Amino acid sequence: MARIPRWADLVLVPLISLLLAGIISALVILAIGQSPKEALTTMVTGAVGSSYAWGYTLYYATSFMFTGLAVTVAFHGSLFNIGGEGQAQLGGLGVALVCLAVPWPHWTLALPMAMIAGALFGAAWAAIPAYLQARRGSHIVITTIMFNYIGAALIVYLLVNVLRPPGQMDPATARFPSGAALPTLHDLPLLGLIFDKKIPANVTLFVALIACWLVWLLLWRTRLGYEIRAFGRSEPAARYAGISPFRVTMLAMLISGALAGLMSINNVMGESGRLLQNSSEGAGFIGIAVALMGRNHPIGVFLAAILFGILYQGGAEIGLWTSIPIELRTVVQGLVILFTGALDHMVRMMLGVFFRPRRIEVA
Amino acid sequence: MDYATLLQILDSTIRLATPLLLACLAGLYSERSGIFDIGLEGKMLMAAMSTGAVAALTGSVWIGLLAGISGAVLFALVHGVASITFRGNQLISGVALNFVASGITVLIAQSLFRQGGRTPPLSGEARFNPITLPFAEALSGVPILGPLYSEVLSGHGALVYIALLAVPVTWWVLFRTRFGLRLRAVGENPASVDTAGISVIRLRYGAVVITGILCGLAGAYMAAGLQAGFGKEMTAGRGYIALAALIFAKWRPWYALMATLLFGFFQALALRPDVIKNTVGFDVPVPALDALPYILTVIVLAGFVGRAIPPRAGGEPYVKER
Repeated sequence: MARIPRWADLVLVPLISLLLAGIISALVILAIGQSPKEALTTMVTGAVGSSYAWGYTLYYATSFMFTGLAVTVAFHGSLFNIGGEGQAQLGGLGVALVCLAVPWPHWTLALPMAMIAGALFGAAWAAIPAYLQARRGSHIVITTIMFNYIGAALIVYLLVNVLRPPGQMDPATARFPSGAALPTLHDLPLLGLIFDKKIPANVTLFVALIACWLVWLLLWRTRLGYEIRAFGRSEPAARYAGISPFRVTMLAMLISGALAGLMSINNVMGESGRLLQNSSEGAGFIGIAVALMGRNHPIGVFLAAILFGILYQGGAEIGLWTSIPIELRTVVQGLVILFTGALDHMVRMMLGVFFRPRRIEVA
Repeated sequence: MDYATLLQILDSTIRLATPLLLACLAGLYSERSGIFDIGLEGKMLMAAMSTGAVAALTGSVWIGLLAGISGAVLFALVHGVASITFRGNQLISGVALNFVASGITVLIAQSLFRQGGRTPPLSGEARFNPITLPFAEALSGVPILGPLYSEVLSGHGALVYIALLAVPVTWWVLFRTRFGLRLRAVGENPASVDTAGISVIRLRYGAVVITGILCGLAGAYMAAGLQAGFGKEMTAGRGYIALAALIFAKWRPWYALMATLLFGFFQALALRPDVIKNTVGFDVPVPALDALPYILTVIVLAGFVGRAIPPRAGGEPYVKER
């Protein structure tokens, strides 16, 4: 296979994959008799055209940063955690239980506790698949898929039979006390001048940014991070170097699950203010696309999360203002995953053609 | 629970198990050849939409079925190109195709019919109509076994019987033909197949296309048998339950029949909470029944009930020695 320079691999491959996904999406839009140009304009205006639009884009991007980081940490240990969805929903349960437990006086007290609970619940939901992979050799992909469904069923049961306040029809918990409500970017000093309308993006954004930095520290500046990466590259080599596969698998998955669970402080605590059915709304899966697109690096994840925030919010606007169904964004998302994650060799081969002359010089 | 209720539940067990069985056998071919396929769900969905749309347009369920198979095979080929030709990550390809299918089916259905992403309701010749098995009338009078034959086994659409037939056929193909031997070998040790001068790539493409055809049947049954028309996300995770059943069945055709019948039985029970309450004596929450196939699969995966060992070369792209 043709070798391409590192910068091209890091920058060009994702961009070209995105471009290919974009071209195919445009063809799909043409095929259903709509205008790709109109779709693009609606999407750009609706997602980045105003501070109000950015308020939504950043809100979604915050969730995707967490789930993208979750997939990234596991990926480095060559574990494909497809269970972000279930871990995020269980994390939501943890957040909801904390928020409902006491009448919180102020969000600064509620947030740390909710974060701990969300992370713990998310990690717990990743723990069993991790243990089964590490000790029993059952494939993590299959078990995490199963746990997504088991988690969804558990949440439905809890919302309908246990947590629903008496007299309420829809399956959801009671509303959280007002002291547990997170301030949105609109409520913050200075930022409130930019975001002049009520928007869902909230302080969780800053937690997500810190999480990006911490994940970078973990992966490239700590012993555990080194162990995870070494294990991911070559299990026999890592084993020979005295790295315990069981410990690395467990810790990587627990951290991954905790990050996915942390996502729910954004949507459950920051936005809806109560736990709803299917609270994560597919963000766990988008995390896969974000991690792939971001080349499993926190900076990449940050950028890819913003991009997917734009796609997600822009897709909603397309569904709202044009006659193209909102499901277009699912198609785009799938195509991005396909090109960045499964057809990446094809993209590299395509690029290899352009870089071949240079390679001969070096050789 | 009286006998009549049991018969009703068994009848819907067969109905609900059919798409699971077809999808499970579909996955079996692919995974036996060493290509993991978590895109069964997407292929079923694509087939369901194609069948629903074409059957509604032409009024013939058989043309619809062909369209359904084509739709699923198209997706299977994309999976093949990604995972065989370009040696991409098979799991990621499957996830991606599920997303694409989930969105594009609604897009196409909406642009064709403008009914909120569904296809128009099918009736008459545009559906799989029940087939009465021979002697069903005559034998219904026989105590116990008679009603079992006439009410449970008889009176389903053609695809139900095709699905049941596909089990022995798959067993025969897999364990009694040259193709089957090679297919199993390519999933365990592709290098040995290559050494024998047989094309690994061609075999795997063959397996992936068979997977597409069977998923096509499963999706067609969803849209024109189990229900009358396509609706958004109508497969509702059945592709994943089929995957669970495949593991539960340890990648074997007869076990696949047992596993899908068991999971179909759970689905049938989940539709009748009243019966469960009367039988067990207490309320079993419906979500618990929904989750049961997944929980059982995790238990099997954990190795508590025998060990589920996947084909050894599964998920690894084959790189020919140069």
